[in-house]
Amino acid sequence: MSDKASSKNKTTEKKTSEGIGGGSLGQALLVPVLAVITGLILGGIVMLATGSNPIQAYGALFAGAFGTPSTIIAGIQTYFATGDNADLVRSIYPFTESLVTATPYIFAGLSVALGFRAGLFNIGAEGQFFIGALCSAYVGYSIKDLPMIIHLPLAIGAGALGGAIWGMIPGYLKARFGAHEVVNTIMMNWIAFRLSDWLLTGPMQASNFRPVTPNVSASAELPRFFEDPLRFNLGFFLALLFAYIVYWFLFKTTLGFEVRSVGANPDAAKYAGMNIIKNFVLVMAFAGALAGLAGTAQVLGVDHWVGQGFSAGYGFDAIALALLGKSHPFGVVLAALLFGFLRSGATNMQSIAGIPVDIISIIQGLVIVFIAAPAIIRWLYRIKSLKVEETVLTRGWGK
Amino acid sequence: MANVLELQGITKRFPGVLANDKIDIALREGKILALLGENGAGKSTLMNILYGLYKPDEGKIFVRGKEVEIHVPNDAIAQGIGMVHQHFMLVPVMTVTENVMLGVEPTKNGLFLDKEKVAQRIHDISNQYGLEVDPHAYIKDLPVGIQQRVEIIKVLYRNADILILDEPTAVLTPQEVEGLFKIIKTLIKAGKSIIFITHKLKEVLAVADDISVLRLGRMVGSIEPKKATPEKLASMMVGRDVSLVVQKQASKPKEAVLKVEKLFVRDERQNLTVQGVSFEVRKGEVLGVAGVQGNGQTQLVYALTGLLPVESGSIEMQGKTLHNATPRQILESGVAHIPEDRQRHGLILSFPIHDNMMLCTYYKDPFARGVSLQEKEIYNNAEALIKQFDVRTPNIYVNAGTLSGGNQQKVIVAREFSRPIELLIASQPTRGLDVGSIEYIHKQIIKKRDEGAGVLVVSSELDEILSLSDRIAVMYKGQIMDVLDAKKATKEDLGLLMAGIHLSTSAKKK
Repeated sequence: MSDKASSKNKTTEKKTSEGIGGGSLGQALLVPVLAVITGLILGGIVMLATGSNPIQAYGALFAGAFGTPSTIIAGIQTYFATGDNADLVRSIYPFTESLVTATPYIFAGLSVALGFRAGLFNIGAEGQFFIGALCSAYVGYSIKDLPMIIHLPLAIGAGALGGAIWGMIPGYLKARFGAHEVVNTIMMNWIAFRLSDWLLTGPMQASNFRPVTPNVSASAELPRFFEDPLRFNLGFFLALLFAYIVYWFLFKTTLGFEVRSVGANPDAAKYAGMNIIKNFVLVMAFAGALAGLAGTAQVLGVDHWVGQGFSAGYGFDAIALALLGKSHPFGVVLAALLFGFLRSGATNMQSIAGIPVDIISIIQGLVIVFIAAPAIIRWLYRIKSLKVEETVLTRGWGK
Repeated sequence: MANVLELQGITKRFPGVLANDKIDIALREGKILALLGENGAGKSTLMNILYGLYKPDEGKIFVRGKEVEIHVPNDAIAQGIGMVHQHFMLVPVMTVTENVMLGVEPTKNGLFLDKEKVAQRIHDISNQYGLEVDPHAYIKDLPVGIQQRVEIIKVLYRNADILILDEPTAVLTPQEVEGLFKIIKTLIKAGKSIIFITHKLKEVLAVADDISVLRLGRMVGSIEPKKATPEKLASMMVGRDVSLVVQKQASKPKEAVLKVEKLFVRDERQNLTVQGVSFEVRKGEVLGVAGVQGNGQTQLVYALTGLLPVESGSIEMQGKTLHNATPRQILESGVAHIPEDRQRHGLILSFPIHDNMMLCTYYKDPFARGVSLQEKEIYNNAEALIKQFDVRTPNIYVNAGTLSGGNQQKVIVAREFSRPIELLIASQPTRGLDVGSIEYIHKQIIKKRDEGAGVLVVSSELDEILSLSDRIAVMYKGQIMDVLDAKKATKEDLGLLMAGIHLSTSAKKK
């Protein structure tokens, strides 16, 4: 390579340091986007095989996820003509509901992605989600007569703190005793599940009939932007804010540099004078807080109470989201939006096209397979393999 | 004599790189062809084409005069071509027998593995070619030299008579290299033909019948070993005259910068691998630590740099005790460390060059203000360093893993030399590097010495120790046998010390 050519490159090349995968943004998005498209096509084939009409089904899925364009336009016209926004609000309901569904996905996905960046596999997001939800709910319903400006941050903080403690315990056990975080986060999940069962049937039970907590006070609710039935609330923007915070933390701070170094090469991190043990605890606490906030956003923004089986498996879907988003905060947001649209649209698809919601699980599963094995997608679409350093997901036992 | 193997006009393009440009080589039957070239010259690409791992864009392959198509390694194996990779392809937790049979497992009654049969063949091959190895030993228990024998047996077991040895000596001690050369000669006597890939000039001259030199993907020329000298080969490889001897002035040592007293260190497996080592490094001198690899040098350096705890003894730098200090405390007291394993400790391969250039100082001004990284400063620093240290890279944003070994090492050297240092600890600073990079890194080390830093160089290459050092300490079984003045030291003396024989006792024997 001649020096002249290389100096020319220097000025034209864009920086790729944060690289979702190493190449340019288009290259980074290529495989995930194709994976989603392929998943939808194969999902359609499954529908055909079971005697349904995939075009009708996907039409219903789209309408359920984004709303129907014609109704939205009609709603806007009515609003400008008469000032009555009822039609408009009704028409954007599907879209906002998708964003509502995506909110806990964003938080939980960020939690797992952050762990991946540090070489840690946080399977405990589900447990941290429960603990976060319960802490927020407790602060939300037990304290009365506080102004929102104090009560809401307090309730949110309680959820983050609860999740952080739940995540920090496995982090500490790994740092201090070398206990593998996969085992310990799974065990913490079970502790969280049984603890919440007990709390919901005992100390935190609202009435004697149902295992649910009391409703949180209005001052602890995340404000909603529209009247019922639209549940779209501040939680979504809080999630986006945290995606930016995680991005900033990972790529713009010395602490994040340490985290990524420990994740990418712990030996080199030690050589460079970084404190690996401190990083394990720090990352697991932060990851726990994010998963806790997923629960917080769900309880304070959507349900306003916690019941048994409160989570729809957000903590486990989060692993798929982190993979799909290539452990990059913005990638996770995109992946979470996708899951939100799919989940939210699926309900409409079931009622209109009569196709069970479970088809979405099949599509999600296919997408995850294609993301986890990008060689399939590269082979299908004859994409030349780029030499890309993949993010280290987790390392072996006892290291 | 007939050519057993011929490659004609082999061309291979990778995106943006012409890895092989119309390369012709010929291997004569029963001879050793040395394929010489710097890292990145295209040797490995060429051999991977021959072994069916890459598909050439152009060119023909002839085996015993017949044109053949090689698409997958099994095609190559069917043609009697076997490859011994630089990085061994062995399963550590399996026995020698199991590794050899992997992929071609013979069975009894169509169901059960017939290990005895394989073990017997291994035994026969061992006897025939002088490749002694216990078929029932586990790979993880075997030294590197023996593991390599297993790789060779694997190839012979598949009835190869054209052997490709890819950088076979890179991981071996001098004694193991001798052993390998003996094996190579036995193989040739038995009628095998060998392609020997390397960038070590002396080895080429020692074993090759023919030499072909590659540079930047092109065939530079072929030369007979009789007519070749190391200098001639080096200039063919690099494309310019290369000085194989480090030019340096006499040292002007001043006060000691590092004092080590009765140091004991345990390795990761809790073996006491450094046993009471005492020495000092003075400002403005290079102390070389020679020794066969595995005699405690690695652990000595790890203890000095905070990567391993000290069992007992003391490490003092300019009056400050540094034993069991953290790596950061040691770095901050003015120590630079070029680690033995650059990919394990020295670099984060999946990070861009600019991040690797500030790996040890990321938290300090000007790279950070508070917790906030200053990207502009980080980029400027990297831009300046790649120019100053001649790192060959398209830009500072590519990952360190995309660089050649020599350029990776230059990144480490650039980073470590870019901050004020009192003591430089360089462990195997040129291992696996090409001649041009070795020359460059040696010059830089001497420059640091002349600027007044104390330098500790650990190397298992005697040539490197002799050309860099002002004084030479020889380590054997965790102890320092002796410290010699480099001007008076001979290879013979050092060899004896490395084998654990004191010079006084050997003199008495004479």
